[in-house]
Amino acid sequence: MKNIKYLIVGVVFGLALTKGEAMSWYRIQEMFRFESFHMFGIFMTAIPTGALSLSLIRKWKFKTAEGKLIVMPEKQYHHGVIIGSLIFGFGWALTGACPGPFYTQIGSGSIVTIATLTSAVIGTWTYGKFQKHLPD
Amino acid sequence: MNILFAPWPWYIAGPVIGLTVPLLLLIGNKNLGISSTLRQICAAVVPGNISLFNYDWKKDSWNLFFAAGLVMGGFIGGVVFANPKNVDISSSTINYFKSFGITDLSGLMPTQLFSWSAVITLKGFLMMIVGGFLVGFGTRYARGCTSGHGILGLSALQWPSLVATASFFAGGIIFSHFVLPYILSL
Repeated sequence: MKNIKYLIVGVVFGLALTKGEAMSWYRIQEMFRFESFHMFGIFMTAIPTGALSLSLIRKWKFKTAEGKLIVMPEKQYHHGVIIGSLIFGFGWALTGACPGPFYTQIGSGSIVTIATLTSAVIGTWTYGKFQKHLPD
Repeated sequence: MNILFAPWPWYIAGPVIGLTVPLLLLIGNKNLGISSTLRQICAAVVPGNISLFNYDWKKDSWNLFFAAGLVMGGFIGGVVFANPKNVDISSSTINYFKSFGITDLSGLMPTQLFSWSAVITLKGFLMMIVGGFLVGFGTRYARGCTSGHGILGLSALQWPSLVATASFFAGGIIFSHFVLPYILSL
């Protein structure tokens, strides 16, 4: 099962989200109200850790476990980056969760988050349905 | 308190989260991104004739395994080794919650707001169903969420991801200050 390794990385990521309380509704409200450094500390250490690792991968031309060249991630700009992210931010403030935390909230015992996740899937589907009528 | 049950400080949780970026690239050239799992579910369950969902989703099934891992990580961290104490939020945030009658601050989520009986109330419907919908709609519109843009995109120094991250923080901050108080007082 070649996909098991991704499950294991998911467990580690989910554990960090849960034990770091980044999937807690309380922490997200506190963050948006600028009443604690905690969540900002997570972002301000996660991003440099990722950036430093990527620059080392680039510098030493690391290969994947199968010996393939590592493709550096690229993100293209479109106006949806602004419009969509604003909409997502509203939802983040309501649910206290972005997509990753939906899964960890369910695992941590907030079974009702299944309803929230289902609604998010419907939201994604609705975007797909009306994509061609929306400004890109 | 036993170290297994204690929450992780930000300087532990942050670097572990950041390390998933190189880890996923090294084990299989995969880009961290979780909102794409919502698209995957659409493609697998109800693709219709919508172009966004008509692709070979099985080729990207790695991220569904990743999502399953997230559920397990949540279970290990939130049930097996659950922190017996309340989340250590600031006293001003506690007072803010109390001003809306949210007094039970145990666990990681307030059960007063997030429960099956609350889903059918106006407040609960707005917070869970409308909130979830906005997350799913917005992240796909932006082609990424906190992980894909905020962690991976920024780690790779992609400027569109900086625009995305600034926008979803702006959305959350504006909403928390100007709209959420009205919903919490329902």
